[in-house]
Amino acid sequence: MSSRDWPLWEVFVRGRRGLSHVHAGSLHAPDATMALRNARDLYTRRQEGVSIWVVPAAAITASSPDEKDPFFDPAADKAYRHPTFYHVPDGVRHL
Amino acid sequence: MGPRIDPVGEPEGREHEFHAVIDADGRIEPRDWMPEAYRKTLVRQIAQHAHSEIIGMQPEGNWITRAPSLKRKAILMAKVQDEAGHGLYLYSAAETLGVGRDELLDLLHSGRQKYSSIFNYPTLTWADMGAIGWLVDGAAITNQVPLCRCSYGPYARAMVRICKEESFHQRQGFEILLTLARGTAEQKAMAQDALDRWWYPSLAMFGPPDAESPNSERSMRWGIKRFSNDELRQKFVDMTVPQAEVLGLTVPDPDLRWDEERGHYDFTSPDWEEFWRVIGGDGPCNEQRMAHRVGAHAEGAWVREAATAYAAKHAGRQVGAA
Amino acid sequence: MTRHAAAPGSWDGRATPASALPPVAEYSLRLGDDALVLAQRLGEWVSRAPQLEEDVALANIGLDLLGQARTLLTYAGEVEGEGRDEDDLAYLREERDFRNLQIVERPNGDFAVTIARQLAFSAYQLGLYRSLCGSADATLAAIAAKAVKEVDYHLDHATQWVLRLGDGTRESHHRMQAALEQVWPYVDEMFDADELTSVLAGEGVAVDPAALRPPWDATVSAVLARATLTRPEPGFHGRGGRRGLHTEAMGQLLAEMQHLHRSYPGASW
Repeated sequence: MSSRDWPLWEVFVRGRRGLSHVHAGSLHAPDATMALRNARDLYTRRQEGVSIWVVPAAAITASSPDEKDPFFDPAADKAYRHPTFYHVPDGVRHL
Repeated sequence: MGPRIDPVGEPEGREHEFHAVIDADGRIEPRDWMPEAYRKTLVRQIAQHAHSEIIGMQPEGNWITRAPSLKRKAILMAKVQDEAGHGLYLYSAAETLGVGRDELLDLLHSGRQKYSSIFNYPTLTWADMGAIGWLVDGAAITNQVPLCRCSYGPYARAMVRICKEESFHQRQGFEILLTLARGTAEQKAMAQDALDRWWYPSLAMFGPPDAESPNSERSMRWGIKRFSNDELRQKFVDMTVPQAEVLGLTVPDPDLRWDEERGHYDFTSPDWEEFWRVIGGDGPCNEQRMAHRVGAHAEGAWVREAATAYAAKHAGRQVGAA
Repeated sequence: MTRHAAAPGSWDGRATPASALPPVAEYSLRLGDDALVLAQRLGEWVSRAPQLEEDVALANIGLDLLGQARTLLTYAGEVEGEGRDEDDLAYLREERDFRNLQIVERPNGDFAVTIARQLAFSAYQLGLYRSLCGSADATLAAIAAKAVKEVDYHLDHATQWVLRLGDGTRESHHRMQAALEQVWPYVDEMFDADELTSVLAGEGVAVDPAALRPPWDATVSAVLARATLTRPEPGFHGRGGRRGLHTEAMGQLLAEMQHLHRSYPGASW
C-alpha cells in the first residue's frame, strides 16, 4: 500500500553546457515521467539549459570499495544503495 | 570464519580504516564499512532532521493564505516550498544508509522518531513569521553550517545544498521584524510579542546542556557533531543579541548581559522542565502537528496507489525521453 | 456576446456592476484576478499534498500564478493611473470588484478536484497566453511570453495526474470522474465573450475567449479519452465572475486573504 511501491530514483543534473551530469540526490516517483518532473521541481526549479537524467536506483551497478584489494573477488553490486549490506553478520566477506 | 588473509579485510582492519578516514576529516560514503552504531545514529539524526523540515511546513504554512502583502505571500510560499525540498534531500541522504522513506515516515507517524520540538509551538501572529525566520532558522543555520563538514558524505552534501538555499530564509525573517519594528505602534508590539514567545524555545533548539547530553561526545568523535550544544547555544546568543538591538526589540531576559571577561553574553537558560515536557508530548501543538501530518498522508493514500497502479499498467512503455 | 447577460427581471439584473476602469486595466485585472485567486487556493495545499514531491509541485504552480497576478495587477493599476498598486488591488477591493472566473475560486476539494480544475484552467490559460503573445499591447505581450512557458508546465503536470487518476485504481477513477462533474459547470464561463473582449480583440489587444474553445476542446478531450474518463454534460453553468458576481466561496476566500492587511490600514509589511 501507499508509496512503498514508488521506487527510488537517482537524479543526475547537468547544470550548464560543457559540464557533465552530476549526481544530485534521489527521490521517489511511481514512474520515469513523474520522476523527471519531480526532479525538475526539486533539483533545478526550472533553470534554462539544464539536462536531467533519472535512473531507477535498482538499475545502477556499483563497484565495491574493496575492489582494489587483490584478495577479494571484485563484487559488482546491484544497487548504489544496498539495504541488506548492513545486516550481513560478522565474518562473511562476500556479498 | 576462515584464517586471516589480509588485515584490511577483517572487521578490525575495516574499523581502523573507518577511523582513519574520520581522523583525516575525510568522508564516509554509502558503500563503506561503518560501525552499526554509527549507521544507527546517523539514520536517526538525518531522519529527525528531515521530519523537522516537513513538520516545520505547518506552522509557517499557517500564514500563507493570510500574508499581508503579495510579496510576503510569495516569499513565504517559496520558503515553505524550500522546506519540503530540504526534507526530500534529507530523506534521500537517510535512504543511502539502507532504510526506506516509507519506513522513516512510519517511525515519524508512530512517534518513534521525533522532530525538532520548536515546531510544537503555535504561530499566533504574522510577526511569528519574522521570529521563525530570524530565530528558528538562525538557530538551525548555526547548527547546520558545521554539519556541512560532517563525516558522512551524503549528509554533508545535503547540508551544503540546504545551507545555500537557506541563506534567504533568515534574512527575510529579520526583514519582516524590522519592518514591523519600524511600523505602527501595534506592529512594533506584535514584533515584541513574537520575540517574547520564541526566544526561549529557540535557545532550547540546541538541545539539553552538555552535562545532560551523553551521546554528544561519541557523535563528536565520529565527526557527526562538530560543536557541543552549549557552544552552539552561546554562539547563537552572541550573534543574535546585537541583531535584536538593531531591531529595537528587547530580549525577554532581564539577566542578559555582556561579560567582558568571558567575551560572551551571560544569559538565562531555557526552562529545561518545559523542554522535556514538550518533547514528551505535552506542548501546545504536538497533537495538532501529528494529526495534520498523519491525516495528509492517509488522505493521500488513494492518490499514491493510483500512480502505482498506472505505472504497473504502462510499464515497459517508458523508455528514453519522458 | 454573453448569452446570459443580466436582463431586467433576472435575479442579478440590478446587481451593482463592477466599477468602470479603462478597458486595458479592466482586462488586465480579469487575467490577474484569475491567477491571484487560483494561487490563493493552491497555497492551501501546502503541507497537505499526497506526497512531499507534490507539495513542491503545487507550490511551484502557485508561485508562478502569484507572479503572473502581481505583474498583471500592477499593470492594471498603472493603466488606471490612480496610484493603486498590486496590494491595494488585492487587499482593498470589495468582492464585487473582483473580475476572476468562478472556476478558480471554487474550494479545492480532494486532490482529484484540484487536478480537474488545473487541467481545465491551465489548458485555457495556455491558449490565452499563446494568443496574447501577439497582443498590440507590449506589456501584455511580454507578460504572456513569460507565462506561456510556465503554464505549459502546469498543463503537463495536470495532464500527468489526470491520466494516473483516471486510469489508476477503481477508486481514483471514480473520484476523478466525480471531480470532473464538479468542475465542468464552470468551464463555459472561460469562453464567454462580452463587450470588453470584443472591443479589445478588435484592437488586437485582447484575445477573443470564444476562439479559444475549439483547441481547448481538442486538448482536453484527448486527455480525458486517454485517461478513460467521460466528458461531463453539466446541468448548470456558473457565470458572472467577470461582472463581479461570484459564488459563496469567494467571500470566505477574500475574508481570509484580506483580513490582516485591512486590520492595519496604511501599514507596511
